[in-house]
Amino acid sequence: MRTFQRTFTYLVLLFLYIPMVVLAVASFNAGTDPAVWKGFTLHNYSELFADGVLLPMLLNSVIIAVLSSLIATVLGTAASIGMHDMKPRLRSMYMTVTNIPMTNPDIVTGVSLALLFAFAGTLLKMKSVLGFVTLLIAHITFSLPYIIMSVLPKLSQMDPDLQEAAMDLGCTPRQAFFKVVLHEIMPGVISGALMAFTMSLDDFVISYFVYGPKFVTLPVEIYNYTKKPLQPKIYALFTLLFMVILLVMIVMTMLEARDEKQQTQRRIAFRGGRNRKEVRG
Amino acid sequence: MIHTKRLATPYIVWMVLFTVVPLGIVFYYAFTDSITGQFTLENIIRIQSYMPIFIKSIWLALISTLVCLIIGYPVAYYIAQCPPSRQRLLYLLVMLPMCISFLLRTMAWVSLLDDTGIINRLIQAMGMKPLPLIRNNGAVILGMVYNYLPYMILPLYSVILKIDSRLIEAAQDLGCNSPQVFTKVIFPLSMPGVISGFTMVFVPAVSTFYISQKLGSSGTTLIGDVIESQFKAAYNPNLGAALSLILMVLVFICIGITRRVSGTEEVAMP
Repeated sequence: MRTFQRTFTYLVLLFLYIPMVVLAVASFNAGTDPAVWKGFTLHNYSELFADGVLLPMLLNSVIIAVLSSLIATVLGTAASIGMHDMKPRLRSMYMTVTNIPMTNPDIVTGVSLALLFAFAGTLLKMKSVLGFVTLLIAHITFSLPYIIMSVLPKLSQMDPDLQEAAMDLGCTPRQAFFKVVLHEIMPGVISGALMAFTMSLDDFVISYFVYGPKFVTLPVEIYNYTKKPLQPKIYALFTLLFMVILLVMIVMTMLEARDEKQQTQRRIAFRGGRNRKEVRG
Repeated sequence: MIHTKRLATPYIVWMVLFTVVPLGIVFYYAFTDSITGQFTLENIIRIQSYMPIFIKSIWLALISTLVCLIIGYPVAYYIAQCPPSRQRLLYLLVMLPMCISFLLRTMAWVSLLDDTGIINRLIQAMGMKPLPLIRNNGAVILGMVYNYLPYMILPLYSVILKIDSRLIEAAQDLGCNSPQVFTKVIFPLSMPGVISGFTMVFVPAVSTFYISQKLGSSGTTLIGDVIESQFKAAYNPNLGAALSLILMVLVFICIGITRRVSGTEEVAMP
């Protein structure tokens, strides 16, 4: 049974990675059709760097992802702290609003924001308000619930006495917040921010409805590219991005593993210290 | 104490402005005429002609979600039983494909399945006739399963991981055989993960518009495609709004039914 599960799992992983391999191989292919191998080349990579469109679009995506995840993290963390202190009835009202973008299909979120911005355009008597600001607003909006979902549990896991202890020891409420509470919920804040960042970087459906021709992100540009005859430099860009993400993930896992090791060691040392005290006592 | 409740005010103002108000506008558009701006039920009535497309979208999304559950469960179960370092590696491997644009991954499937694609060239090289692998329901389901499978595996994994192994041992001690342990202990306890995986796969699958355009044909036009064309090609935002409204209601009903059937309100986050 166990062997079967293992084989099955590796087969599923193979299934998940076959298209990746196809794209990576296609990036080194001299021909334009990924199905026909015309010989090895690095031409697609030099094309990519000479290309004046794809790289600026990537930069646009990164700008939007950094700004939207930062703003969403600040807004969302503040909101989580506020919601944590609320009475259950008010909090469940807030949670209902938080759940709207999470359960709504992306296309509905995109369409509803597009209509809002069209409406705002007629109010402001502008032909179209779509552009950088509308993209940023949309990305902040769909990121916010993920921040709340990862910060709120950390707040309820936190020992409420910690904050009081800090204040008893002379911290002002502000100091107690920055030195104790924020420190305790930091893992949730960081994982929420990372989730928001990756979701923003990869979002196509919502961006597609709220982008303007002056500010285009990479996924939207890829969509427009895949409508035209295929350009192999996209495969080159993909392969580079995949490598970067792979590297970042490997480093992150290694750091996490080291962190955990240190924590267990600290715990063992702490327990040892306590035992010694007991012996002495 | 500082008044911490006030910290949530900017958030709720933002959410009302950018999720509640836009939904109100969708509602407004759905019930007004595109030219005169008068109240009308025209848009809702016109939706009747799109009923077969709605049914087809729900049907394909349901099949894809079930396939994801059947494939994803053993994988999640296997990962949860591995030693921690291996768990982390496998979790990473399942997550990684999600970081790559789903547009490109779908394009890769097109070049695999196409009539002159990689698989058909291999088949022909072996001296067999090429197969019709693309532009049919099967290809669309494959595309959905491929793109959304990680969304099923991750919540299942995090729930199975938390199941107390003593409960399984207790069931074995009390005379359950392996299938019984699974159907009576493990599966019911993993229900929050099943629900959450179900929602996370079904919702994007039922509303997708790219996968069906690339891997399907005119016969597999889905509701997402129709909504997209109302906004981007045919420009009839009123009909598009009405379709979005119905889609939203359908999704809420589907989620409601799954939660009722499983008798749980608790939903796991990955």
